Amino acid sequence: MNSSVIVFPGSNCDRDIAAALEKLQFKNKMVWHKDSELPKSDLIVIPGGFSYGDYLRSGAIAAKSNIINEVIKAADRGCLILGVCNGFQILIETGLLEGALLRNKNLKFLSKDVFIKVIKNDNRFCNRYKAEQVIKLNIAHNEGNYFTNPEHLKMLEDKNLIAFKYCNEKGEANENSNPNGSLNNIAGIFNENKNILGMMPHPERMIEKSISSNDDGINLFSSLFN
Amino acid sequence: MKFSVTVTLKKDVLDPQGKVVQQTLQNMGMKTLKELRQGKYFEIEINENDENKAKDKVDEMCKKLLANLIIEDFKVSKLS
Repeated sequence: MNSSVIVFPGSNCDRDIAAALEKLQFKNKMVWHKDSELPKSDLIVIPGGFSYGDYLRSGAIAAKSNIINEVIKAADRGCLILGVCNGFQILIETGLLEGALLRNKNLKFLSKDVFIKVIKNDNRFCNRYKAEQVIKLNIAHNEGNYFTNPEHLKMLEDKNLIAFKYCNEKGEANENSNPNGSLNNIAGIFNENKNILGMMPHPERMIEKSISSNDDGINLFSSLFN
Repeated sequence: MKFSVTVTLKKDVLDPQGKVVQQTLQNMGMKTLKELRQGKYFEIEINENDENKAKDKVDEMCKKLLANLIIEDFKVSKLS
């Protein structure tokens, strides 16, 4: 599979994503934000970091960059799009995903491993996980507090567009297992066609047991081959 | 023509920064402080003599970039 990782000034997880993709045998290319053409891609990844120093709102400036027009066109054609952390914030600012990511409820930058629950596995991103499987991934963000209006929240729940929820080790999603105040413990969502996934936790940081506590992130990337 | 724009979080959206500023002021003895919301302020100069056209342009800027209408409201005022 061919993948592209979009790089903005201030991206800092782009190399980690590339390493994850290459480990899984993707043919990956890095794409600079000023480019106006995308290489042939089955998957486009918008990585984490602090694009444009989080000026205005996290992701707001990156969402207006040259290459994003091409990403939107590719998304409309059904290309798989993954946005992680700042990438999720950028996807929200482009309008490809709905809602908003607010300051964490406790106003603290959170950098730690958390448990998240895979809600369903009948989609392109999670089919190598079991439904309701609890996995451990790392979060590192200041604005990860997912918010949306009640009608959209209902649609997310009804149409199974919530990909991941923060939970405890037993898989219970409640206030105590919610690190940042996200509505309904939401950690990641799909668009209606489920070809776009935005998530705050970093799967690319959990692919190598020798340097991280587990390799729970691998299945997200390997799912894309099915 | 010069305009000011203020962008604030909508009423239903939690404003944790504003809350902390409010609590601090209250702790400092500002007993009459009832509520405080934090926002962003922009001054924008437009090359246009027609006030309505200039204001429409500022509105467009707010809707397309300066404010996220899901969580924020904006207010435009003419400065000069």
